[in-house]
Amino acid sequence: PGKLLEITDADPVTRTGRVSFGGVVKEVNLACVPEARVGDYVTVHVGFALAVVDEADAALVFEYLREADALAAADRGDGGVAG
Amino acid sequence: MKYVDEYRDADGARRLAAAIAAVTTRPWTIMEVCGGQTHAIVRFGLDQLLPDGLALVHGPGCPVCVTPVELIEKALEIAARPEVIFCSFGDMLRVPGAREDLFAVKARGGDVRIVYSPLDALALARQHPDRQVVFFAVGFETTAPANAMAVHQARLQEIGNFSLLVSHVLVPPAIEAILSAPGNRVQGFLAAGHVCMVMGYTEYEPLARAYGVPIVVTGFEPLDILQGILMCVQQLEAGRAEVENQYRRAVTREGNRAALDLIRRVFRVVPRKWRGVGEIPASGLGLTPEYAGFDAETRFGVAHRLVAEDPECLSGLVLQGRRQPTDCPAFGTRCTPARPLGATMVSSEGACAAYYHYRRRGAAAREG
Repeated sequence: PGKLLEITDADPVTRTGRVSFGGVVKEVNLACVPEARVGDYVTVHVGFALAVVDEADAALVFEYLREADALAAADRGDGGVAG
Repeated sequence: MKYVDEYRDADGARRLAAAIAAVTTRPWTIMEVCGGQTHAIVRFGLDQLLPDGLALVHGPGCPVCVTPVELIEKALEIAARPEVIFCSFGDMLRVPGAREDLFAVKARGGDVRIVYSPLDALALARQHPDRQVVFFAVGFETTAPANAMAVHQARLQEIGNFSLLVSHVLVPPAIEAILSAPGNRVQGFLAAGHVCMVMGYTEYEPLARAYGVPIVVTGFEPLDILQGILMCVQQLEAGRAEVENQYRRAVTREGNRAALDLIRRVFRVVPRKWRGVGEIPASGLGLTPEYAGFDAETRFGVAHRLVAEDPECLSGLVLQGRRQPTDCPAFGTRCTPARPLGATMVSSEGACAAYYHYRRRGAAAREG
């Protein structure tokens, strides 16, 4: 995913923006993400932004890891964190 | 990089692998559909983190690999014409046709150009009104919005010297073909996250119900894939067969509405032949009558012909998860990315290419 820095063309069909991928900036078509705002992160394929990354859902990875720890601990018969 | 590095954390991978081992009590066979997922699995060694008995098989999610060889032949014929500028994604250039590839046509003087986006090809059409610009539109549903937009803009802006050679394929019919094949051993699927980002995942629900298989929409980073496997195994162990979404940060059940409207306006569902597999009904996209004037096959009147594949190539079986690349006697010897027998060795999403780049040393060590 890249960070939307600027919207350079606001026409609905040719809507275009500059997106930074860790410092590498590309021109990206935004017609499929009319809701995207400067500062949002977007997922891009072949020059087209197709989704705005949902920050709350992106943070789910940390919850998944906590659940994973609980599954592994239950299997080992551990009660909790303290060894 | 934000939204990338968090999902490549090695410690996180170990924690998820421990959870998978904890919940797995029986052997299971899971297929990951997307070639991008195959590459991540092979590159990061994710399959080697899994407990014995939990098998990952690689699916047909490589659009370059499944483009029919007859279409490659048509591409070669069109690209050789002096008035044509033939534009394509890079990895199509080395996909073998009956005797040669697009790179060979380029070497003989054909104007074959690598582009990043179909809009780059459209820009070339604007810049060269005296030439015919053709874009090789290969892909699953993920690239359909971009291709639809290129044709839509061409029509709005009356750019007549632009056309598409269409090779779009759809994932749900491929999954159904695998599930309904006699002797199928796949018990669960990791669906392609970026395809579902566009299409949503409602199409997978009838498949999960009809065939009793869990289908987990999964992303592409190591933690995404391990999480997807964990969710799939949890369903298998509990006897559930539902569609779940691991890739929630980019995928919603309904998909991208703007992209779907665009695709449905420009494309319609058609039967398509899959290289190495055969024809699958309602498995591809073709242009609607409104946009049919932009179809390159029609515009250039390229003849139909029957093409024989190299008999040694196992690509078709690899794409259906029935063989691993290393099962092939030609792997790494008579077949390499520089001189491939089939598309799976040359595409950036091909399973054989993934094994060649990331596993060759291991294979040689086992043999030697």
